[in-house]
Amino acid sequence: MAKLKTDPRIADPDGLYEAIIEAHRDLGEAEGQKLDAKLILLLANHIGDAEVVREALAIARDTTEAGPETA
Amino acid sequence: MPKTYSNPVFPYRRSPDQDGGGAHHPVVIVGAGLVGLAAAVDLAQRGVATVVLDDDETVSFGSRAICFSKRTLEICDRLGVGRPMLDKGITWNVGRVFFGERQVYDFDLLPERGHQFPAFVNLQQYYAEEWLVRRAEETGLVDLRWKNRVTAVEAHDEGVTLQVETPDGPYPLACDWLLAADGAKSFVRTALGLDFKGQIFQDRFLIADVVMKADFPTERWFWFDPPFHKGQSALLHKQPDDVWRIDLQLGWDADPNEEKKPEKVIPRLKAMLGEEAEFDLEWISVYTFQCRRLDRFRHGRVLFVGDAAHQVSPFGARGGNGGLQDTDNLCWKLAYVLQGAAPESLLDSYDAERVPATDENILNSTRSTDFITPKNAASRAFRDAVLELSESQAFARSWVNSGRLSKPAVLSGSALNSTAGAGAALPDAPLLKAGEAAWLLPQLGEGFTLMIYGGEGLDTIALSDDRVPIRTLRITSAQEPTIGDALVDADGLVAERLDLAPGQWLLVRPDQHIAARGDSVDLERVRAARDRALGKTTEAPQTARLAG
Repeated sequence: MAKLKTDPRIADPDGLYEAIIEAHRDLGEAEGQKLDAKLILLLANHIGDAEVVREALAIARDTTEAGPETA
Repeated sequence: MPKTYSNPVFPYRRSPDQDGGGAHHPVVIVGAGLVGLAAAVDLAQRGVATVVLDDDETVSFGSRAICFSKRTLEICDRLGVGRPMLDKGITWNVGRVFFGERQVYDFDLLPERGHQFPAFVNLQQYYAEEWLVRRAEETGLVDLRWKNRVTAVEAHDEGVTLQVETPDGPYPLACDWLLAADGAKSFVRTALGLDFKGQIFQDRFLIADVVMKADFPTERWFWFDPPFHKGQSALLHKQPDDVWRIDLQLGWDADPNEEKKPEKVIPRLKAMLGEEAEFDLEWISVYTFQCRRLDRFRHGRVLFVGDAAHQVSPFGARGGNGGLQDTDNLCWKLAYVLQGAAPESLLDSYDAERVPATDENILNSTRSTDFITPKNAASRAFRDAVLELSESQAFARSWVNSGRLSKPAVLSGSALNSTAGAGAALPDAPLLKAGEAAWLLPQLGEGFTLMIYGGEGLDTIALSDDRVPIRTLRITSAQEPTIGDALVDADGLVAERLDLAPGQWLLVRPDQHIAARGDSVDLERVRAARDRALGKTTEAPQTARLAG
């Protein structure tokens, strides 16, 4: 049974979206990627249930098509 | 180049086997390295004579494997060389991890008291080998043949025939069982045409052992992307004789022959140790590594051990330590099979138990390698994210992977286990023997041991008269009256570490792994558990604890 909650849960999605994008401002590609990685690690640790993170990972991967360089 | 150690030369001696007559031996071991020698000593202690063939005439050149784990020291103690390894070795428990200019993380491997051996000692491989050679000679049952190079192997259903090259020319040799301990480039493996599959890592590392008087603490220091070696990793580790192991990542494009030249090595070391550092080069090696294994370690009458069976990356010290767990697992089984006390099929359990253990080693060392050498931009981003977070966020420290250090395999799925809670190597603990401080593991001996917690209870003396005897070891808690020279769990650590309450028992295999545990002693159940551990019974194992 799926453990990952996928119903809308954030009250102000636009505001949070903006904050995430804003955090990337002035960062190059590598730094931006590192920022995202830290965010993932912090949230994964907060969730504390590897199964939930794996479910999220599966959805993220399944909805992402391989680009031309990896195809 | 080495200044602190000169390799002993073991002279070639002509064997009567070279005078014709079709020599035949029960066991031949190919390779007198760490693992081959350990096998020879282990078998000798079980009364099994072996012939050991080695193409060289000395021990390991260069320090090579330097980290010997607690479990390895316990195994080596049983083989008679654990003490000198501990005495000569450098004991370390603390590791520090640096990222860039800063320390991000440190760890203590064995904060717990009451262990005979530390988590690790650092010791040059040649010392361990030299002492094993001496120990092998002491047993009188090991026929060590230096400058004997195997040039052909033919495996049959009932044995193996070899062709051996010597300074006096070739001779044939036949045996019932062949142990291939001839290393990562195993000739035996190649001669039998066996696949050795796995992953090759596109990276090169420089090992520089240097002699220097330095006051760095006795700790393992690991740097990611240090200022003195930008974009790569570095390791500093102390060995005996004022020798320091320095390991520098070079990248795949480095030219191994160029990188070995002192004029290339010295500036790299000065960048790390400081311009004013005074050191002498002891040993230089440039290596790449692979994680791979044979599909099976038993091929009929040929048994592969150590690097001949499997190779891992050096991160985690799982090569030599894994190899010694191979021989520890194999030798008692082979000895019982040779004595006719166990079916030949017992040797399949060597495969069944050590293949998963090897996969665990490969998995761990592969993960470490992927952390140390990120393969793409995303993996570098995550690696650096973990390292940067680890300085301020305690949770991230457990994600830092500079090598997950070797731990003994838990044989939890083994068909040789009779009950739940079996499979682990018995943890050591302090106790009192006739009032004197002693350790648990040395009390076990070479055979099966029935450990009973609590002095009272059933007479088990009949077990010691069985064909495969079971020795009884009674350990009393500090609260009970002491009987004679009984073993007393004065600190309560035996009960705690072994999870034993009064009246409960454990059956311990000759390799000190737990085969069964139960609540009250019943001789027939103990015997049944022993017979299962000998591969004699095939019915489904009981998965619950034996309830008396």
